[in-house]
Amino acid sequence: MTADAHAAHHHEDFYVEGGKGIWSWLTTLDHKRIGLMYLWSVLLFFFVGGMLALTIRLELMNPGKDFLTAKQYNEVFTLHGAIMIFLFLIPAIPAALGNFVLPLLLGAKDVAFPRLNLASYYIYVLGGIFMIYAIWMGRVDTGWTFYTPYSVKASSAVIPMVLGVFIIGFSSIFTGLNFIATIHKMRTPGMTWSKMPLFCWGMYATSLIQVLATPVLGITLVLLTMEKVWHIGLFDPERGGDPVLFQHFFWFYSHPAVYIMILPGMAVISEVIPTFSQKHIFGYKAIGFSSVAIAILGFLVWGHHMFVATQSQLASIIFSAITYLIGIPSAIKVFNWLATMYKGSVQLKTPMLYALSFIFLFTIGGLTGIFLACLAVDIHLTDTYFVVAHFHYVMMGGNAIGFLAGLHYWWPKMFGRMYNEKLAQIACALVFIGFNGTFLPQFVMGSRGMPRRYYDYLPEFHTMHMLSTMGSWVLALGFFLMAGYLLASLRVGAKAADNPWLGLTLEWQTASPPPLHNFEKQPIPKVGPYDYGYPVHEPKRVPGLGGKEIVHGTGD
Amino acid sequence: MLSHILLSPWAPFMPPAKSDFAGSLDTLYGFIWWTMAFFFVIIVFLLFYLPYKYRRGDKPTLTPRITHNLALELTWSGIPALLIIVIAFWGFNLFVKAYVPPGGDVTEINVTGKQWAWSFEHKDGTVIPGELHVPVGRPVKLVMSSTDVIHSFFIPDFRVKSDVVPGRYSSIWFTPKEVGDHQVFCTEYCGDSHSAMLATVHVVTEEQYKETLENGGLPKEAPPAQRGALIYQRAGCVTCHTVDGVRLVGPTFKGIFGRTEQLVGGGSLTVDENYIRESILQPQAKIVAGFEGQQMPSFQGVLNDRQIGWIIEYLKTLK
Repeated sequence: MTADAHAAHHHEDFYVEGGKGIWSWLTTLDHKRIGLMYLWSVLLFFFVGGMLALTIRLELMNPGKDFLTAKQYNEVFTLHGAIMIFLFLIPAIPAALGNFVLPLLLGAKDVAFPRLNLASYYIYVLGGIFMIYAIWMGRVDTGWTFYTPYSVKASSAVIPMVLGVFIIGFSSIFTGLNFIATIHKMRTPGMTWSKMPLFCWGMYATSLIQVLATPVLGITLVLLTMEKVWHIGLFDPERGGDPVLFQHFFWFYSHPAVYIMILPGMAVISEVIPTFSQKHIFGYKAIGFSSVAIAILGFLVWGHHMFVATQSQLASIIFSAITYLIGIPSAIKVFNWLATMYKGSVQLKTPMLYALSFIFLFTIGGLTGIFLACLAVDIHLTDTYFVVAHFHYVMMGGNAIGFLAGLHYWWPKMFGRMYNEKLAQIACALVFIGFNGTFLPQFVMGSRGMPRRYYDYLPEFHTMHMLSTMGSWVLALGFFLMAGYLLASLRVGAKAADNPWLGLTLEWQTASPPPLHNFEKQPIPKVGPYDYGYPVHEPKRVPGLGGKEIVHGTGD
Repeated sequence: MLSHILLSPWAPFMPPAKSDFAGSLDTLYGFIWWTMAFFFVIIVFLLFYLPYKYRRGDKPTLTPRITHNLALELTWSGIPALLIIVIAFWGFNLFVKAYVPPGGDVTEINVTGKQWAWSFEHKDGTVIPGELHVPVGRPVKLVMSSTDVIHSFFIPDFRVKSDVVPGRYSSIWFTPKEVGDHQVFCTEYCGDSHSAMLATVHVVTEEQYKETLENGGLPKEAPPAQRGALIYQRAGCVTCHTVDGVRLVGPTFKGIFGRTEQLVGGGSLTVDENYIRESILQPQAKIVAGFEGQQMPSFQGVLNDRQIGWIIEYLKTLK
């Protein structure tokens, strides 16, 4: 390409093209900017939730009172749960990473409804502020599950906390709606459903749950507020209500919400593994359909949170049976990811290390789920630290590690700069070791009977609690190192190539960072997203360039 | 951690099995544990072996186009599915067993949970707070309810647990195998002193059981203040009121008898027998200033007049 032709086609990246200054960000309709605003927000909340987690572990390092009273401890774990779930885990991958890369993966200029997208961000921030209001004013100590009748009786301001969660629910619905419409209508010509990258399938399944389940949470929280304000007797047995009814309502949303959290993690891994193996994904249809199967089955298992909550035994048996079924699509995914590496050309860069960590941790989370799905065994294990460890392996080992894989994978695309690979690998190792150090001892003490949400405990559990607390310090060290090299990368990072990992999906076929409208020309994919097995580093084979010359590199 | 595996190799990390049900549950738990461990080892082996074996050199190499393999997909869906069916049916059977007591000679005991103590009412009307006495070798059925929020009754050594819900009854049963003591936990979050809502199961011989009921669960011929001290522990007073001057949820009992207290809404009184009795039975009647908004539950129907009298004697000793 000649210099003149280059100049004629050249666009600045979206940071420049979209205008400078704070106002251009706050009023932007660009999915990339909204994604980045979401990214910094979820990271901020992750930091707050993480500090609360460290506080919990520090208090539990020794039995008895260290520096918190029982009431303060209960407030801290309530906040930790609510912030991590509603402000980090649910929006982290779809709203932050998904917003940035989904239109790029589809070859689209933006999402279907850019204004709705911006509205969803502001609603999220508003809900977050309400939750912070609850921190200062409310002293809420109900746990993130708000179980009745405790939450009705508690003399704490449950209402602002619940209102915050209610508001955040709408941001989740808006994102879901937007993604469904975008995936249906905005795919670039030639990208059929079966040529869509698996990340988009994951986002599609997630969005379906967000749109269908979140309203039930909203209704539940409104009912809870009505109960608290007008005492109408829905859930409070003193007024003829049924406290277990609340649990049905609550888990009807909150169990599908678990899949809002894990499916996006799986979606990221399905992109990272083929790219770093330079090999076609194994079982494309099996992975895509298993996401949808998990989304559908996820609606039918809420009762497995209530095996010992006095629901009918027949109900428990049915819920248990459906719960086991979810294990099968999850196992299919793990085997397919492993098979993708077979005869591949595997490169252990940071995103791939996180992807392998994900498989390790998610496997532990999944296999321990079989214990809890088993009715008789669940009698002993439920409401102990076994459950705490299990859901941290799925939620943090799944969603948060998947998020980190995605963050490191798309970082060069988002910011146009590389991070320090060596430091990133050290941080990944610290996170992996620290995570297992924190949560493996919790399986042990859970099996031995240590109940969850305990401020104080018997001396026989001391060793395991101490190990767990030390693990949390290693984990924290890994995150602080990560914060350091990622922030440094923004200022001093080497300039990223357009396609540093030699990926085939469309986001790698445009500049890093991309121009305002993502592509210079409508990109037409000539090969599928995983058609490795061609020498992609030879320019004549480069697919779907939309006329723009792409700088391939190795990222080193 | 290793010692826990070695101590019970079939059911790693489980506490000692002290009821008939606990033994059969551990067999199922062990089957799942070792099956899952087997699959975990295979997956982790592949997770390390594949990236090592197919690691990239300087440049990415051409990889074969292997897109799917139906036979393989069916295999790794089918084998887990079969195992899951086995585990599922095994689990259903034991679960039904866990909540349906055998017919015949079953000892029934009523359990009441409230913030933050358990109390146990035996068939002869004896109410013993904080300590559950059961005869060895016979099935015991607990019929449980709560007077305030949801609690959960958990005996790890027996592998039994059920939520205890206000407004309805739930039940569990067990047959203790041998004489000994076992821990009870509350396992449904119920507020400030959730982690102090403990109790002890005393598995005793038939004769000791009868004797315990006759003495109301207290030692024979103990002085009243000593009996009061035991009730202070078992009825859960201890979770909110210290005896060493530290302020918890409620006022400390140190030096309480004869103390002059300022009341919420003005006025003051000197703590005497009648005020203590009223505070136990109607806690909201006169609240000491500085403890507004604390909801102490009433002990009406839990503690009788003799027991309250013993507590008063105990409080008199706390100078």
